[in-house]
Amino acid sequence: MSLDAATVRRIAKLARIRVNDEEVSTLQNELNAILGYVEQLSDVNVEGVEPLSGGAQMALRQREDNLTDGGMADKILANAPDRIGNFFAVPKVVE
Amino acid sequence: MSIFDLSIAAAAKALKAKEFSAVELTTAYNEAVAALNPRLNAYITVTPELALEQARAADSRIADGSATPLTGIPLAMKDLFCTESVRTTAGSSILEPFIPPYESTVSAKLKAAGAVMLGKANLDEFAMGSSNTTSHYGAVENPWKRLGSDAKLVPGGSSGGSAAAVAARIALAATGTDTGGSIRQPASFTGLAGIKPTYGRCSRWGVVAFASSLDQPGPMARNVEDNALLLNAMAGFDQKDSTSANREVPDFCLALGRGVKGLKIGIPREYRLEGTNPEILALWDKGIEWLKAQGADIVNISLPHTKYGLPVYYIVAPAEASSNLARYDGVRFGKRVDGEDLIDLYERTRAEGFGPEVKRRIMIGTYVLSHGYYDAYYLKAQKVRNLILRDFTDAFGSVDAILTPTAPSAAFGLDEKMDDPVTMYLNDVFTVPASLAGVPAMSVPAGLSAEGLPLGLQVIGRHFDEETVFAVSAAIESAAGFSALPELRAK
Amino acid sequence: MASYTLEGHTGTWEVVVGLEVHAQIISKSKLFSGASAAYGGAPNTHVSFIDAGFPGMLPVINKECVAQAVRTGLGLRARINLFSRFDRKNYFYADLPQGYQISQFAHPIVGTGEVEIELQDGTIKYIGITRLHLEQDAGKSMHDQHPSKSVIDLNRAGVGLMEIVSEPDIRSPEEAGAYLRKLRQILRYLGTCDGNMEEGSMRADVNVSVRKPGEAFRTRCEIKNVNSIRFVMHAVEAEAMRQIEVWESGGEVVQETRLYDPSKGETRSMRSKEDAHDYRYFPEPDLLPLILEQDWVDDLKAMLPELPDEKRARFCQEYGISYYDAGVLVAEQATADFYETLAKGRDGKLAANWVTGDFFAAMNRTGKSIENPPVSVEALGQLLDLITDTTINGRIAKTVFEEMVETGKMPTAIVDENGMRQVTDTGAIDEAVTKVLANNPDKVAEYKSGKDKLFGFFVGQVMKAMQGKGNPALVNEAVRKQLG
Repeated sequence: MSLDAATVRRIAKLARIRVNDEEVSTLQNELNAILGYVEQLSDVNVEGVEPLSGGAQMALRQREDNLTDGGMADKILANAPDRIGNFFAVPKVVE
Repeated sequence: MSIFDLSIAAAAKALKAKEFSAVELTTAYNEAVAALNPRLNAYITVTPELALEQARAADSRIADGSATPLTGIPLAMKDLFCTESVRTTAGSSILEPFIPPYESTVSAKLKAAGAVMLGKANLDEFAMGSSNTTSHYGAVENPWKRLGSDAKLVPGGSSGGSAAAVAARIALAATGTDTGGSIRQPASFTGLAGIKPTYGRCSRWGVVAFASSLDQPGPMARNVEDNALLLNAMAGFDQKDSTSANREVPDFCLALGRGVKGLKIGIPREYRLEGTNPEILALWDKGIEWLKAQGADIVNISLPHTKYGLPVYYIVAPAEASSNLARYDGVRFGKRVDGEDLIDLYERTRAEGFGPEVKRRIMIGTYVLSHGYYDAYYLKAQKVRNLILRDFTDAFGSVDAILTPTAPSAAFGLDEKMDDPVTMYLNDVFTVPASLAGVPAMSVPAGLSAEGLPLGLQVIGRHFDEETVFAVSAAIESAAGFSALPELRAK
Repeated sequence: MASYTLEGHTGTWEVVVGLEVHAQIISKSKLFSGASAAYGGAPNTHVSFIDAGFPGMLPVINKECVAQAVRTGLGLRARINLFSRFDRKNYFYADLPQGYQISQFAHPIVGTGEVEIELQDGTIKYIGITRLHLEQDAGKSMHDQHPSKSVIDLNRAGVGLMEIVSEPDIRSPEEAGAYLRKLRQILRYLGTCDGNMEEGSMRADVNVSVRKPGEAFRTRCEIKNVNSIRFVMHAVEAEAMRQIEVWESGGEVVQETRLYDPSKGETRSMRSKEDAHDYRYFPEPDLLPLILEQDWVDDLKAMLPELPDEKRARFCQEYGISYYDAGVLVAEQATADFYETLAKGRDGKLAANWVTGDFFAAMNRTGKSIENPPVSVEALGQLLDLITDTTINGRIAKTVFEEMVETGKMPTAIVDENGMRQVTDTGAIDEAVTKVLANNPDKVAEYKSGKDKLFGFFVGQVMKAMQGKGNPALVNEAVRKQLG
C-alpha cells in the first residue's frame, strides 16, 4: 500500500494539521517509508489470535457514584487562550 | 569525594547525620544547574526557588524525624509530568504557555516523600524520539564524549534531559517515562541505571499521554539502589488511573541483595541481530558470564516474534498518539493560532504547535486507524502484539529473567541518523518488545565502548516481578564495577 | 391495520425509519469523572479536568451508570453482554474537549431487545432494539452570545448517555411517536432517564428512507438531534416527502446528516459534519474491558420495578378494568401508583372511571399534576366509599368532588354540611313519587298508552323533588310500582 499526495492531504485534514505542498511531498515519502517498514507484519500468521488492546490484563474497576470533582470554573478556564465570561470562546461556528 | 558524587542513599545518610543540610545540597545543585544547563540544555524550566523552599521543608522534616529516604533529595522531573503551578510543556511548542492546575500522581508522591524538584527536564516532543532532538526547546547534549573528540552526542530519548541531568550531576536522580525505551535507552547512552516498571505499577494520572497502553513512568539514577529507593516512592495503586494495578508495592531495596544463585536467566537468540555492533554482543556475553559466575543458570530461549516488535510499535503507538494529541486544539489551554474559522484555527494551531516528528506520528496514526486500513494495520498489529506477549509468557514459564543489550549502539552524534525516521526507530529494537508485553525492564550500565562511551544491559522480568529485575541488575552492577564518569559534570 | 403510505406521481411509497435515541443517564456524577451530572449550573462549574480534556487526565467509570444501562437493557427485554468494551470515536468539534468521544462501538453493553408499541387503532407492534451502549455526552456550543464568536460550556461534557438504537422497523410517523413515548415511559419507570426532551436529556437521531412496497431498503439520511416527539413525527414526514421528490425527479438520495428546522417544517443538509465521517474507532486504551458478573445482573433484575406492560396486564386482571383504561392509568408511574392506592380494597372499575374521568379533568382544569393532585388519594378514596356504601349517589358525588377540588375539604364533611346523604327511606320516596304522578296526570296517561320512554321523565322529576338525594335504585323501583 502506498500513499499518494491526495491521501496525505486527506489524512492531514482528518488530523486537523495544515500542510503545504512541500510538506505533503516530504510527508508522503516519510510515511511511505514507515508503511513500507511495517509491511513485514503481513508475514505473520495471526489466525485465531485475539488482538491485545490494552497494556494491562484485568477487568475494569468501577467507582462509586459520588460527587468528588468540579466547582472550579476559574481553574478550568485559567489556561484558556480566549474566553467570554466563564465560557471558552472560539470563532463562530456555523452548523 | 564531591557532594555531587553521592548516591541517594549516601546523601540521605549524610543529611540525617547533619553533614550538610538539604538547603546546602539543593543550593549546590541549583548552582550546578545554573552553570551547566546553558550548555547541556537538560532542563526546559528550572525552579531554583521552589527547590529551596522544598529543601527548607525537607530540613524541618529531617529535624523532626519524619524524613523518608528521599527527603531533601534534588531531582529533575521530566517535563511530561504535570506539576501544579509549574509550566509543563511536554517539549512541545503547543504547550508552551501551559501551567497545570494539578499535580501528577507520581510527582505528588515524590513531593510527599520530601523530594526536591530542581526543574522540568527536557525531552523529545511528547516523548516521541530516541535522541532528544525533537524537543521544541532544543536538543540536549550528552555529557559524555568519545575519546579524543569534542563532537556533541545525543543523550538518547525521549527522557534525554533527565538522563543528561543525572549523568552530569545537575540532578541527583530523575523521573522518566518509557513508552518504547524512553527510560532504558537514554540510561544506556549516559551510563545510568533506569527501570521501566510493569505497566500499571506507576500511575499515569497527570502524565501527558503519548501512547496510553505503553506509557509507564519510572526512575533514572546513577545506580540500581537509587532506582529502588525512587520506585518505592513512585509506585502504587491509584484510583484515578483505571489501568493502575491494585497491588502491594514491595520494598524493592530488599531485593537488591538477593543475588542470582539458582535463578534461571534467559538469553533470547533473536536479539543477536545481524549487523549489531560486535562490542555490544561482547558486552552481552560478559554479562552472561558475570551472572553465571554468581550462580545463575543460563538458558537459551526464543522470543520468536521479536523482529515484529518495532513494526507493531510503530503502528500502535502512533495510533494512540494521534487520538491522545487531538485535545491540543487551541481551545481550552496551550497555544492558539487564530484562523478564519474554527477548523482553520485548529489546522493552524496544530501545524505551528507540533514539530515534524509529532506530525509524522499523528499522520501515521490517523492513517492506520482510518476507514479501510484499520484491519490491515491496527488490528493486525494488536494481534501480533498478543503473540509478542505470548513469547514472553512462554519464556517466563522456564526462566526468571531475561538478559539482553539495551540498545544496538552507544550514543551517536547530534548530527547523525537525522534524515531517516525508520533508521532512528531502530534504536528501540531491544526495548520495544518488553514495552509491548508490559513487563518490567531495567537498563544497567555495564561497560564502555572502545570510544569510551557507556553501554547498558537490559534485564527483563515477569509482570510485577520488579524484585527479580532489581536482584539481577544489582548482580550485574556489582560485577561490572562501572565507575567511569562523563566529561561534562558538576564537580 | 391501515398501513401508512405516501403517494407520489410514480405511485405509492413506504417510509422506513430507525431511531437512535440518546438518553441521559440519571446519576449523581458523570460517566468518567466525579463532576456533577445535574442539568444546568453556572457555566463550566460541573466540570473536572477530565471532562475538559486536560493533559494527562484519565477516565474512571461510574458504577451507577453501568447499572443504569443494565437496568435499561433488562427493561427492553434485551440481552446483557457480560463482556463489553469502550472505544474512542475520533473527531474534532468545539464542544468535544478530548477530540474523541468515549463510546462503545464493537462491543456494546446491551444487545438485541424489543419494545412493544400500541397504535391509535389498538394494533400492537414490536420494534426491535439493535443495541444499547454507553457513551459520553458532549459540551454545549452557543452561537448567539457574541457577534463573531461561539462560546462553550462543558457542564454537559462527559455526562453518561445511553444510545439506544432501534431496528429500521418503524413505518410511519405515528409508529415513531408511539415508539418514543413507550421508550420514554420505560426509562421513566426504570428511573434511568428522566426523558425530558426540552432539557435535552432525551434526543433522537432519526434515520429515514423511502421505498416502493416490496423493495429492498434505499439510501437513508440521518436527521440529527431532534428534541421533541412531535418534531420527530414531523421530521419523518418532511424528510420522506423530500426523498420521494428527489427519487421521482430522477435524482438520487445521498447518505448525509441533516437537521430538522421546526419553524420551516423541513430538513436541511448539515455541512459542518460532512468531512467528519471517518471516526477512526479503536479500543480506548485508558480503560479495560468492562466485565459484569451474572449474579450482579440478576440482582439488578430482581430489584427492577414493575414495567408498564406488566402493570397494565396486572391491572386488567386484578382490578377488572379495560385494557384501554389500564393503558391510560400506567402511562405515568405516578398515575399508576395513585390509581393502585385508590383501587386497593375498592371497586377497581369505579376507581378507574373516577381517575380517568373527573380526576383527570380536574387536574387539567387546575393545571395541577399527579405529584401535586387536585384532591388527595385519601379524599378520593373516601368519596368512593361514600358511593359504595350508598351514603351518596353518583350524581351527588360529582357535586361533592367539585367542592373537594375547590375547598380541599374531605367528602364526609361536605356531605354532612350540606345534608347530601342519600335518601333510602322508602316511605319518603313513595311520598315523592305519589306527588309527582299526581301532578302529571296527562303524562301518566301517555305512559299507560304505551309511551315507555316517559319512565325516565318520572324518575327525573322524583329525583329533582328530592334534591338529587334519592337512592336511584329505590326511586326506580317505587316509580315502577306506582305506575303499576
